Amino acid sequence: MTETPAYDLECHGISKSFGSVRAVKDVSFNIPSGSFFSILGPSGCGKTTLMRMIAGFEEPSGGDIRIKGKSVLGTPPNRRNVKMVFQHLALFPMMNVYENIAYGLRCRGASNDEIKRRVQDVLERIALPDVGGREIHQLSGGQKQRIAIARCMVLDPDVLLLDEPLGALDLKLREAMKIELKLLQHQFNTTFIYITHDQSEALVMSDHVAIMNDGNFEQIGTPQALYHRPNTAFVAGFVGDSNRWSGKVTASDGTGGTVETAQGLTMQFTAGGGLRIGKGEAVEIFVRPEFINTVRAADAAAAPGDNHMDGVVDSLLFNGANSRVLVRSQTGELIEADVTLTGDGDLAPGEAVRLSWSAQHAMCFPRSGDA
Amino acid sequence: MVQKDVRRLTLILLFAPFAMWIALLIIVPHIGMVALSLREKVAPRVYEFGLGNYIDFINEPIYWNTLLRTGSMSLLVTALALLIGFPIAYYIAKIAGNRTRGALFLLCLIPLWVSDLIRAFGWILLLRETGVISTFLQWSGLVSGPIEFLYNDVTVIIGLVYTVILFMIVPLVSTLDGMDDSLVEAGYNLGGSGFTVLRRIIVPYAMPGIVSGCIVVFMLTAGSYLTPILLGGKNSSWFTEQIYDQFITRFNWESGAAFGFLLLAFTSTVIWLGLKLSGQTLANTVAKS
Repeated sequence: MTETPAYDLECHGISKSFGSVRAVKDVSFNIPSGSFFSILGPSGCGKTTLMRMIAGFEEPSGGDIRIKGKSVLGTPPNRRNVKMVFQHLALFPMMNVYENIAYGLRCRGASNDEIKRRVQDVLERIALPDVGGREIHQLSGGQKQRIAIARCMVLDPDVLLLDEPLGALDLKLREAMKIELKLLQHQFNTTFIYITHDQSEALVMSDHVAIMNDGNFEQIGTPQALYHRPNTAFVAGFVGDSNRWSGKVTASDGTGGTVETAQGLTMQFTAGGGLRIGKGEAVEIFVRPEFINTVRAADAAAAPGDNHMDGVVDSLLFNGANSRVLVRSQTGELIEADVTLTGDGDLAPGEAVRLSWSAQHAMCFPRSGDA
Repeated sequence: MVQKDVRRLTLILLFAPFAMWIALLIIVPHIGMVALSLREKVAPRVYEFGLGNYIDFINEPIYWNTLLRTGSMSLLVTALALLIGFPIAYYIAKIAGNRTRGALFLLCLIPLWVSDLIRAFGWILLLRETGVISTFLQWSGLVSGPIEFLYNDVTVIIGLVYTVILFMIVPLVSTLDGMDDSLVEAGYNLGGSGFTVLRRIIVPYAMPGIVSGCIVVFMLTAGSYLTPILLGGKNSSWFTEQIYDQFITRFNWESGAAFGFLLLAFTSTVIWLGLKLSGQTLANTVAKS
C-alpha cells in the first residue's frame, strides 16, 4: 500500500428510513485508524441501525460509507472487511471453538496449515491457548466473549463492530471485560466501534464517544469533553448524573448570568457548549453532584461558591467512595450531592445543611422542548 | 401414607390408557404377527414351526424386488419432500412476518382436514384421461388426443410427496424457528457466501429437524397404501399391496405376517443407517420436535 488513509471509517451524511420512520438522520463522522470509538445512546436511538449499515446488513437511504478510503455502498456484507461481534455473540453452536475461528479463514480459502497456525496464534493472543477442541456450550461467558472477538480478529478486519456484547454478562464480569476489551484493542491495534447504551462502558473504554439521540449525533468527543463540556442539554443529562432545574434567565451577558428556577431559586449560571443565552429564555440547568459542596448549617458562612441553597438531609446513599447525600430543599425538591463519608462525624438524616456550587458548574442550555 | 397411596393410584390411572394402548394395540399384535410368520403350512390345517415364509420371500425375486422398489421410491419421495419442504419451511420460519407465518402454516395444515382418499380422488379427477388437465390440453390445441397421466411412477411420486410434505415442513419450521437470525448474519459477516452459510450454518443447525422430518416421511411413504394404489393402479407394485394380497386375496396370513415384519425390519434398517450417516440419534431428533 502506497498511502494509508487517515481514517479507517468515514460516514458522510448517512441516513436510513423505514417507511415514514427516519431511524438515522444525516449522520457524519470519521474514525481515525486504531482508535476505540463508541456510539452511546438510549434504546431506539438508531445506533444499531447505523451499525448494521456499516456491516452491510442494511442499505443506507442516503449518504456514503467509506472504509479505508473506499466506498462500500453496494458491497455485500461478506465482501466487506468489517467484522462484527453480535449482541448475543452468535457463536456457531454446531462447531467447536477451533472451527468457529477457522470458519472465516475457510471462507477465504486459506490452506489447512495456515488456518491451524493463525487459529493457534489468535487463541494465544486472547490468552486461551488450550480451548480449541472445546464445544461452545462448555465455555464461560467471558471466554465466549473472547472467542467471538478472536473469530473476527483472525481475519484482520479494518474495523471491528461490537454491538453491546457485554449486555448479557453479570456485573462483576462486565467490569473485568471492559478492561480486557480495551487491552485487546491495544494489542490488535484495530479500530473498534462499540455500540452501547451503558455510559460507563463507553466512558471507560473509548478514545472517542459519539452521543446519539433520535437518529442524530448530538456530540462527538473524548469522554472527558463530553462529561465536562457537553454541547447540548441531552448530552448533559445523559452522560453522568446531574441535578436538573428548569427556569428562566433574568439577567445575562450571553455567556452567563442569573436564572430563576421554576421553584423560585436564583442561581448564577454559565452557558454550556459555547452557546449564547439571552435574557428571558427558558433554560435547563445541570449541576453535577460532585460539584456541590455540602456543609452543616452551623458552618454555613464558610460555604464557598456563587450559589447557595439550604435544606435538610433526607437520606444518605452509602456506596463507599461514591457516597451521596439526598438533600430536601425548602421548596421540596431533592438535590443529590457527593459527600465523603469517613465513618466519623458524618452527616445524618434530619440535619440542616447548606449546599453550594459555583456558577461555572451550573451549565445552562436552552430548553430543548422550545427549540 | 394415605397421601402416598393416592398419588400412586393417580399415576397408575393416568398411565393406564397409554400402557393399554401400547400393550394391546402395538406389542401384543406384533408378537402375534411374529408367531404367525414363523408357522409353515405343511397340509391343510397342519402347521409347523419354521422360517419357510421368509425363505419363500428370498426365493421369489418379485417379492424382494417390490420391497427394494418401495424402499428406493420412498427414499426418492423423502428427498423430494426435503428439497421442496426446506425452502417453504425456511420462508415460513425466517422470512415471513408474524401474521403471514400463521396464515401460511394454516394453509399447510388445511389439506389434512380432508381424508387421504378424497385427496387421492382429487388427483385422479385432474390427471385421468378425461380429467381436467387432459381436457385443457386438448382444448388449447397442444395435444390432439386425450392423455392418461395416471398409473405411472411419476404420478405416484407426485401424489406421495403431496401427501407427506406437511410432515417434513412442521419439524423443519419448529427447528428453524429456534435459530437466531444473527447466526446467519454472522455467517455472512465472516465472509461466507450464501451457499457456505446454507451448507455450514443453516443445514447443520436444522439437522435434527431434517432427520426427524425424513424419518417420519420415509415411514409414512413406505407404509402408505392408498396413494400408490389409487394413482399407480396395478403398476405401482408397492410392498403394502403385496401384504394386502397375502392377507386378503390369497388368505395366506402366515406369509402376510412375514412380509409385514420384513417391511418393518427394512424401514428400521434404513432409518438406522440414515441416523448413523448423519451422526444423529433418535433422542435429539424425533423426540425433540
